[in-house]
Amino acid sequence: MVSSHGEIRDYGDKKYKVIGTRPIRHDGTDKVTGRAVYGGDVQLPGLLYGQVLRSPHGHARIKSIDTTKAEALEGVRAVVTGLGDLPLTEGDETVDLGEGPAKLKYMRDNVLATDKVLYRGHAVAGVAATSLHIAEEALGLIDVEYEVLPSYTNVLDAMKKDAVLLHEDLTTEEFGDNTGTKSNIASHNQDKLGDISKGFDEAEFVAEYEVNTATVHQGYIEPHNGTASWSLDGNLTIWTSTQGSFTARGQLGAVLDVPVQKVKVVPQEIGGGFGGKIPIYLEPVAALLSRKTGHPVKIIMTRADCFEGTGPTPGSYVRVKMGADKNGKLTAAEAYIAFEAGGFPGSPVFAAAMCVFSCYDIPNCLVDSFDVVTNKPRSFAYRAPGSTHVAFATEKVMDDLAAQLAKDPVEFRLQNIAVEGTRRSDGVVYPRIGAKECLEVVRDHVHYKSPLQGPNRGRGVALGYWFNIGFKSAVTATVNNDGSINLVEGSTDIGGSRTSISMQFAETLGIRAEDINPQVVDTNSIGFTDVTGGSRVTYATGWAAHDAAIDVKNKMLDRAAILWEVDISEVDYENGVFRTKDGAKRLTFEQLSEKLGETGGPVIGAASVDPNAGVGGSFSANIVDVEVDPETGKVSILRFTAIQDAGKAIHPSYVEGQMQGGSVQGIGWALNEEYFYTEGGTMANSTFLDYRIPTALDLPMIDTVIVEVPNPGHPFGVRGVGEANIAPPPAAISAAITDATGVQLCDLPMRPDRIVSAIKDKRDSDSLAAG
Amino acid sequence: MPTVWIPPLWRDKLTGGQETVEVSGSTVREIVVELETQFPGIQKRLVDDEEDRIRRTIAVAVDGEMSREGMRKKVGTASEVHFLPAMSGG
Repeated sequence: MVSSHGEIRDYGDKKYKVIGTRPIRHDGTDKVTGRAVYGGDVQLPGLLYGQVLRSPHGHARIKSIDTTKAEALEGVRAVVTGLGDLPLTEGDETVDLGEGPAKLKYMRDNVLATDKVLYRGHAVAGVAATSLHIAEEALGLIDVEYEVLPSYTNVLDAMKKDAVLLHEDLTTEEFGDNTGTKSNIASHNQDKLGDISKGFDEAEFVAEYEVNTATVHQGYIEPHNGTASWSLDGNLTIWTSTQGSFTARGQLGAVLDVPVQKVKVVPQEIGGGFGGKIPIYLEPVAALLSRKTGHPVKIIMTRADCFEGTGPTPGSYVRVKMGADKNGKLTAAEAYIAFEAGGFPGSPVFAAAMCVFSCYDIPNCLVDSFDVVTNKPRSFAYRAPGSTHVAFATEKVMDDLAAQLAKDPVEFRLQNIAVEGTRRSDGVVYPRIGAKECLEVVRDHVHYKSPLQGPNRGRGVALGYWFNIGFKSAVTATVNNDGSINLVEGSTDIGGSRTSISMQFAETLGIRAEDINPQVVDTNSIGFTDVTGGSRVTYATGWAAHDAAIDVKNKMLDRAAILWEVDISEVDYENGVFRTKDGAKRLTFEQLSEKLGETGGPVIGAASVDPNAGVGGSFSANIVDVEVDPETGKVSILRFTAIQDAGKAIHPSYVEGQMQGGSVQGIGWALNEEYFYTEGGTMANSTFLDYRIPTALDLPMIDTVIVEVPNPGHPFGVRGVGEANIAPPPAAISAAITDATGVQLCDLPMRPDRIVSAIKDKRDSDSLAAG
Repeated sequence: MPTVWIPPLWRDKLTGGQETVEVSGSTVREIVVELETQFPGIQKRLVDDEEDRIRRTIAVAVDGEMSREGMRKKVGTASEVHFLPAMSGG
């Protein structure tokens, strides 16, 4: 079907009434008219304003902090420091926040440094004052004595045996085994399948590439913010912009050593997160200041604070080598992946390792991956964490092999594509997936078939993958006496999920999406719900909504039976209408809702899920045309088509929005974005003026094709769509640049100066060869 | 019997380089116990004894599906069991 929006290719056989339509989002009017409340809007009686002092050094020991002068400034109400105000951490204490263990000392030290600063921008102290300007002035009066240490902003430098250790007690772990070796390599893992030597022996054609990718920020437009009110009865309330109010609550409880029942997190509307608003930064500082002053305290980051003090996606070094036999069948693949975790361990390198060859069927694989601490902000998730880095390398190798084999790059990929039953390099066998269908769309697409005319123009394609996650969600639903539904959930709405969740509820119950009033509530008002991340909300919270709707339906059937004085087995419900089996009695959902008061009172449905299986991974492909100015190195995106397997698109416009958003971020990562460091470890471009994300003026319309290969593990076939779309753009753009210029760019971003330099090197080389 | 894929970095240390082993068991818990009898040392690597659960850094996949049930997860006679790094997303 071709709609007036993007194209949809439906491989399923189910027909829906609500799912697949495009109702207006429930929160749309408030957002476009400025009525939606964001964290920065929070106002409370007696509110104080906070600011955070940050390290000017990339790596230094804190010898002392003197806050006397700052505290004496008129209008300053409190100053807090890590050593003075955070709870002391005992040994190697760890906490689980639902996404794996975290070392408590690392968590606390990332909120406020105690003994060392590990990156420029590392928080050192917090100030609360009666005005923002007084708080800012007070920062300058805090006297911190540092012993500056060597800093590392490159992963390979930090891995060297003689590198200065960021953490004197850090030893390398190998899949849980502590090697006892002190190093900046926090952990090493390996994936191994088949016999790698045999695989390369069988290869007729071999290609190998080394790539480096820069540290890149999620670039959410709304900066981090947090307001804390710590009351005298010990209850702490936090208003914040977060991807997960319950995860924020858990982190706050752990960092502040407060039971979670004393912490209430009130999620505000969120202006983007992309993984970067899962961790907490300001909230504990605001809380400590609130406890100290007895007033609520609000802190909002500047853009520079966001760049320098929050978690970007790591920079990386990736080496990939692959081999194919004379017929073009892949025989072997080997990868070495090193990620810059930043100041504390925990980069997504192991996810990258699981993604590096995930698109293809390769019998012999070896993947070594390393999580390495460096003097950069502690990295955190960014859309399909780690997948973009490795797709950039793998897809280069695939293009090279296709060229050696004189095959069309799409046909070569299709020859080796992963399908149901394919064993990945980590050993796991795929269930039903949509990689092949995505590539077939590429092959048959009018964009791919269209001629590309004009000088300095090129076309590239690439494929990427992300696993997606399930995790916990809860939904409650109350039937109003006019037949509408108050739907309560805990997933903060970033990309229209209020509506995609409501639509699944409405589809299940046979009512209209417009009759649902969805509300995202605080942690005291709904069951535990995991983060809005991992492409999980439409999948898991939607599943909870489906189950809650069934609960409502069953209770309403019971009410109809009471009303009609028949056994419940005598009542049917279909298309929004209750009927007795003999057809004698009939009530619409709305009509029965009016009679709840006479059949037992309100009907409330509820469900919680923790999908144990069935999380369907998603593949994404791009076709991109570029024009390269050989004199300036400027790359213009002429045409861009994004294809992604959504399983089933609940609200196609929001799926298209995710695909376009991920593509734009991938384009920025490919061409412009990077943390540019000086030799001393200072970020030189910590504003949006100098850290250039693409704007509408830089881009053509991103065309989309939604591929719907239903996920058998979900009631409506949903796969998450929020992440896989960022994996292929740098690889596809790189291929297009190579097609246009004949040069290979192996470092991200593919800046104009790098392109000009590569073209010049090629011209020089060609001249030499020509004699 | 279920087939267990041994994490590559443990193969040389524990299973003489074997990629997979077949062990009896109808749950992940029973499989871990059986693995320990054949390859001493594997249980402490997989299980957090204090909490009686698979270590939080490790995810269990049975027949290609990541499981949240850990030690309780049912395993069929033809099942494949993998122990992988735990991960989430952005």
